[in-house]
Amino acid sequence: MAKIVVDVMLKPEILDPQGKAVAAALPRLGFTFATDVRQGKRFEITVDGEPTAAQLAEVEIAAEKLLSNPVIENFVVRVEK
Amino acid sequence: MKIGVVTFPGTLDDRDAARAVRYAGGEAVALWHDDADLKGVDAVILPGGFSYGDYLRCGAISRFSPVMEPLITAAKGGMPLLGICNGFQVLAEAHLIPGALTRNHELHFLCRDQKLTIENTDTAWTSSYSKGQEILIPLKNGEGAYMCDDETLAMLEGEGRIIARYVGENPNGSRNLIAGITNERGNIVGLMPHPEHAIDSLTGPSADGLGFFTSVLKAMVK
Repeated sequence: MAKIVVDVMLKPEILDPQGKAVAAALPRLGFTFATDVRQGKRFEITVDGEPTAAQLAEVEIAAEKLLSNPVIENFVVRVEK
Repeated sequence: MKIGVVTFPGTLDDRDAARAVRYAGGEAVALWHDDADLKGVDAVILPGGFSYGDYLRCGAISRFSPVMEPLITAAKGGMPLLGICNGFQVLAEAHLIPGALTRNHELHFLCRDQKLTIENTDTAWTSSYSKGQEILIPLKNGEGAYMCDDETLAMLEGEGRIIARYVGENPNGSRNLIAGITNERGNIVGLMPHPEHAIDSLTGPSADGLGFFTSVLKAMVK
């Protein structure tokens, strides 16, 4: 069954203290690869059957209205098989 | 003078807000989030707490409660509306005031008495204070960092819409030490610290918070 996925991330210019805390914890575990970490949210939305274009358009509106706050966040809607 | 105090599931400070209203000489009216009825009140307070468990984003789900519909219409029409802490977050999510409240920059939940300066005394909620007055009231929040883009910040500064600023070290990473702001008209105020917990020296660090509640009673008599 296909899922509609909405990824929500803080805008690049907004400070992300949680991502910073994760970035600071990685070297303590010996992981030195990260120059920066940003933390976001992922919504997995299940619909009956294959998502239609109309459903995706509605998800876009819902993502703008509820799932994200456009003042501080960006979002991407996609379908995952 | 009837002042409504809204209770959402997870609201904590509705009782103290109602007590502060009575202390200032007003009548406190309990409003329920699931009831699209303002019960004829003259002003409304959105109190602090963790409405809907702060799920999704603080205030994001409360903002779509049935009570918010008539409240947004009334506030846009000029009715005084004060959002304290979680209430401030609800105002921001409802886009009744610009900007957003995000995680404290050091990630810790803060709970302490905080000094503020009152910078704008022309709003419905701050006229009892004098410009530049320092007050001491509790600050308790995990997501109190006020964020907005540079353009909005310049607009708020230019129009004198920052009503209160933190004194001393920035407690939560708010831009320009912003503790509270108002809308263009001055009837809607969002404030992160808690004036309702500082209305007498027996139960609070001071009585400095009472001015927010006496201000609105004065504003409604006018």
